[in-house]
Amino acid sequence: MLGLELAYWQETIIKLVLAFGVVLVPAGATVYLYLFKMVSFMQSRLGPMEAGPYGSLQLLAELGKSAQKEDIFPERADRFVFAAAPYVVIISSFLLALVVPFGPDAMFVNFDTGIFFALAVSSVSVIGVLMAGWASASKYSLMGGLRAAGQLIAYELPLVLAVVGVVIQAGTLNMSKIVEAQIEGEIFGWGAIGNPFILTQFVAFFIFFIAVQAELTQTPFDMPIAESELVAGYMTEYSGFRFLMFFIGEFATANIFAFLGATLFLGGWSVPPFVTDLIGIDPYSEAFNYIGPIVMITKMLLITFVIYWVRFTYPRFREDQLQRFAWKVLIPLALANIAVTGVAKVVF
Amino acid sequence: MTAQMDPQHAQYVAAQVADARVNVELETEGMTLNIGPQHPATHGTLRIIVRLDGEQVTEVDPVLGYMHRGYEKLAEVRTYPQVTTLINRIDWVGSFANEVPFVLASEQLMDIEAPERAQYIRTILFELGRIANIVLFLGDMGVQLGAVTPMFYALRDRELILNQIESATGGRFHPNFNRIGGVKDDLPAGWLQDTKSAIAKIMSFCDQAEGLIVGNEIFQERTRGVGVIPADVALTYGLTGANVRASGVDWDLRRDSESPLPYDKVDWKVWTHPDGDSFARYWVRLQEVRESCRIVDQLLDSLPSGPIMAKVPRIIKVPAGEAYVATENPLGEMGYYVVSKGGLEPFRVKIRTASFSNMSITPWLLKGAYMPDVVTILASLYFILGDLDR
Repeated sequence: MLGLELAYWQETIIKLVLAFGVVLVPAGATVYLYLFKMVSFMQSRLGPMEAGPYGSLQLLAELGKSAQKEDIFPERADRFVFAAAPYVVIISSFLLALVVPFGPDAMFVNFDTGIFFALAVSSVSVIGVLMAGWASASKYSLMGGLRAAGQLIAYELPLVLAVVGVVIQAGTLNMSKIVEAQIEGEIFGWGAIGNPFILTQFVAFFIFFIAVQAELTQTPFDMPIAESELVAGYMTEYSGFRFLMFFIGEFATANIFAFLGATLFLGGWSVPPFVTDLIGIDPYSEAFNYIGPIVMITKMLLITFVIYWVRFTYPRFREDQLQRFAWKVLIPLALANIAVTGVAKVVF
Repeated sequence: MTAQMDPQHAQYVAAQVADARVNVELETEGMTLNIGPQHPATHGTLRIIVRLDGEQVTEVDPVLGYMHRGYEKLAEVRTYPQVTTLINRIDWVGSFANEVPFVLASEQLMDIEAPERAQYIRTILFELGRIANIVLFLGDMGVQLGAVTPMFYALRDRELILNQIESATGGRFHPNFNRIGGVKDDLPAGWLQDTKSAIAKIMSFCDQAEGLIVGNEIFQERTRGVGVIPADVALTYGLTGANVRASGVDWDLRRDSESPLPYDKVDWKVWTHPDGDSFARYWVRLQEVRESCRIVDQLLDSLPSGPIMAKVPRIIKVPAGEAYVATENPLGEMGYYVVSKGGLEPFRVKIRTASFSNMSITPWLLKGAYMPDVVTILASLYFILGDLDR
């Protein structure tokens, strides 16, 4: 990694620290930037202003508040499952981060079937959600958990099918190779901006974005949480630190899906080739191990901006409506996209 | 089974019987869900016991009384001027409107009439209270459907109206401004102009709500055809206000009752909607806010000069008699049946509030609805807990 000779244990420790950094720091950043500030401005209010300049230390205050709260177990809860559920959810977001490339060499694992792995582990959170919903011994939690499970499974399909379009075009499941395909790509012989797949796979991007919104149970697909009717869905009975873990898991997963979206559709860690030509550096050079993460975070912030923009603009679908939307609109659309992509792949 | 089973329930039973063969092995026990008394959808402490088959509601039992404060009894041990303080707290978001019918009933018993200027001020504040009340609904309906942002716009613009109520009466929520025979004070300097600009802001909020909420595809999907109340059922259950107008019944006490309030001197319209669903109720209320703005605007222009109090004795003694006066309050018809035996205090005050009657339709209306729609239907019926359990 990064051209340094390190012992296995040193490398492991560095990766461990970075993994926490990759998952938690952007989660904190998006919570502050979007959930606290952007939304406040959308809703003509200021948001947190007291803790630190412009409320920048609010996150620490929230952390302290949650840590101090009593850890409540409902009387009839299944204690072990109840306690384990938040970990399952948050582990899913950590596993997702594993395969995201942040530079030519800056990644945790270089799987040949990287995107396949990412989509597979993203479903692990469903188990956590079901565990939480069932173990809480609360009717609201149960309904929330069942709705969540139904929804996550329904939207897993368009998510996978949308990605298939990209995979066909790139010809690989390896995330690094997908980025390379976008750098090397040309639009009818014009390679100045490479070929970010959002240009050719815009239908897939659209489906991917909607499916991600649903996977994250964000409005307009937040029926499982539906605070005006199910209080907080499967999270109703959670308090203090365990609730915080669900909360972090939600935002971390949003970021990592945004990272995935950036990698698949926006060229990942790379900058458009004409920029590298202008400066005169090799797009695969060592420097991109340091520039890459910054580029990725910029692209991630762009995508999450849209996620939260949508979240705080729309009302929510009823659950039968969102199921209908997944099965009758998104999946046929994604299949059509795959067919068109396949034909185009053969033709060009 | 009795012959009186209502058609909706009969349909449900018929469907169950038809599926019976399939269901014999798959039959699952229903679930009883307690919504409330502490629940975000109930705006306070209302308890609704629903019986669920999956996500479908088969039985609804609203339990009222968690916030009962005994106002009818309390009114019997207070003098007439003291009662207005009390009844301010019935519908707490449009408080001024609560005072008006009681004061009108008392005036009717004493056979006095407030001067014209006082009636105008009453009507202006009445309509401002209606705007403050319904604008809150326009935002809150969004919250119940998962859109939080419109609520903040509603609160932001409602603030201007509350400021105007405060600068005229001294109270933001509980003005206690009506006196038997008039109003307490004259309007402060510059109030007319400020009110006009506040009204203009509310008008632009209405346009915003029309674009953000009414025009939203998801909102329409969630509310159109949901919670339909036919006109005859609405009348049977005694629904009033926007709820009955949304079912196509053209009935508004401001226009249809004899009242000293100068509604007949301004140009305004009673809106109805033929559909009777949640969407219609939202739409009718949105138009109502606009009409209220128009009424206030015209009344401000034509505000007559003169005294604000009629000649009333220092100690108010109401002669024996009975009077019922109802007005079109923000939530619907609100009436006071005041019985006097000639003392300082009323002998009996019966308060008819709109939310109480509007709530009575829920067991019929929510049967067969899906759980997510329960919340939106309740929100669209629009009740204030204080108005429900006075």
